Amino acid sequence: MSAALLIEQLLNGLQFGVMLFVMAAGLTLIFGVMGLINLAHGSLYMIGAFAAAGAAAYTGSFWLALVAALMAAAIVGAIVEMVVIRRLYDRDHLDQVLATFALILIFSEGTRFVFGSLPLYLDTPSVLSGPTTLPGGIEYSKYRLFIIAVGLAVGAGLYGLIARTRLGIQIRAGEADREMIAALGVDIRKLYTLVFALGAALAGLAGAMIGAIQAVEVGMGEPVLILAFVVIVIGGIGSIKGAFVGALLVGLTDTLGRVLLPQVFGLVMDASSATTVGASLASMSIYILMAGILLFKPSGLFGGTP
Amino acid sequence: MRLETILNLLIPAILLATALIASAMDAPYIITLATRAAILALAAVGLNFALGLGGLVSLGHAAFFGIGGYAMGILAFHAQTYAPLWGVIEGTRSMPVIWIVAVIASAFAALVIGALSLRTSGVYFIMITLAFGQMLFYFAISWPAYGGEDGLSIYIRNDFPGVNTLVPINFFLICFALLAAVMVLFDRLTKSPFGLALQAGRQNPARAEAVGLTPYRLRLVAFVISGAITGLAGALFADLNRFISPGMLSWQMSGELIVLIVLGGLARLSGPVAGAMLFVMLEYVLEGLSTYWHIYLGAILLGVVLFARGGLIGLVAGREVAHE
Repeated sequence: MSAALLIEQLLNGLQFGVMLFVMAAGLTLIFGVMGLINLAHGSLYMIGAFAAAGAAAYTGSFWLALVAALMAAAIVGAIVEMVVIRRLYDRDHLDQVLATFALILIFSEGTRFVFGSLPLYLDTPSVLSGPTTLPGGIEYSKYRLFIIAVGLAVGAGLYGLIARTRLGIQIRAGEADREMIAALGVDIRKLYTLVFALGAALAGLAGAMIGAIQAVEVGMGEPVLILAFVVIVIGGIGSIKGAFVGALLVGLTDTLGRVLLPQVFGLVMDASSATTVGASLASMSIYILMAGILLFKPSGLFGGTP
Repeated sequence: MRLETILNLLIPAILLATALIASAMDAPYIITLATRAAILALAAVGLNFALGLGGLVSLGHAAFFGIGGYAMGILAFHAQTYAPLWGVIEGTRSMPVIWIVAVIASAFAALVIGALSLRTSGVYFIMITLAFGQMLFYFAISWPAYGGEDGLSIYIRNDFPGVNTLVPINFFLICFALLAAVMVLFDRLTKSPFGLALQAGRQNPARAEAVGLTPYRLRLVAFVISGAITGLAGALFADLNRFISPGMLSWQMSGELIVLIVLGGLARLSGPVAGAMLFVMLEYVLEGLSTYWHIYLGAILLGVVLFARGGLIGLVAGREVAHE
């Protein structure tokens, strides 16, 4: 395997990783601040992708589609928070799992009802289509580089928001002691709606960006949701830094595993069984990674005591 | 007799009566629905050991359901192709043998998954069990020997000594007998020292530890029993459909099993049975009303979670689970 191919796969892993980070950041923020496990986060990812595909078909502009995805996911997120999620904060995790599972059923079938069962497609804008040449002469997709850049920008933006702004102080204070900040005059209900809408918008952004690489279809959110869970379990629930490190670990392990494992097994067995065994193991690799990390750190890399 | 005791006898009796009447009226489709309800109820009673008694919110029980299903599928596949597994293990078409293999395989998987997952608790546990379930799901999809993504059909239902399992009501009675046996086991275990200790560990882990109990071991045992029973149900489910596929291992399946329990009533003996009957009935009725019936199912579920937390049994018999 050539160095160029390896670098290309590393970049693919990075792109997958930052996309998972954008998903997982919202999830971990919502858990950290409100103590809520939200299975419907994948539905918001799907809503973002569908809003983008719909807006792109209507306006023809990818950039307007991205804006539409952010707005749609944030608005749906805010409405869901005010109607349903708000009632779940002081319930146990089982109720939260069930209620958000019910929301998945409603959103998935609702989307099928509005958009039909056929997958939609979203085109990359012409500025970002095709490959570009990286230093060292490696050809790589411009659009995937764009995703990496957006993901890193989201990471930096979130860091700035949480470490440097007044809203960030309130979010951190809300994580530490919700009664106290309510007593200090912060409108905690508004803060929760805002945090939920922010997480939803991030999920919608991830969905819209991936919608230009994959088909936009009902059920696209749940596999990503489960990977985002793996990410935040590895990183430590509630930690944005953990989500970032976990997402890159998962993205790289998954992508490189799929490329390298069949080759590694090819050294000791014939080509066709090496492909089979390698592919099967690669599909399990991130879960094995998760199990390995949990053996040593049950609360994740950056988590507190569980 | 307490109201709940009456319900515990009445609910399975309704299921049995439905199947018997359908058989007398020659309505095999209704018998199939009743069988489906009995098998889902069995899987959910299994999950109820972990979820209801142990307070362990496992979102990965489809793994055990699927392992049971694949145990049946793999053994029956080797029996129907006359090609021994790895050249030595003959397949089999005997239900009791398949059940034993399914129970042992899923118990072993539950031991490994449980030992790892129970190191954590709360929301971590939910996500980790979900992730392990997903791991087996992707493994089943990428492993081509038994159909991979397409699944695997078994042409004839397996045999039970002395019973013609091809007659729908006979297969229903086999499933129902297993359900009844497991319900008796659940009832006994709930009142046993083990069951009481397990529930103490759920209600107040700190106090349970203070009196010398080890919640980790109790929970692991409960998780293994739970996985084994769900695996048995998986083997029966595969026999009902004569088909196995990665769908049995999907996270939606895990979610549905939890939904069954909560619809019926958490930690209640007959809760999963009532929940499974209600679920199969809803599926049947709503599917007829609209292609988009999952919306209604979601709305009903949301309503139950937000406003009727005791489930069906809770509505009828009150919220408290007392011990005689």
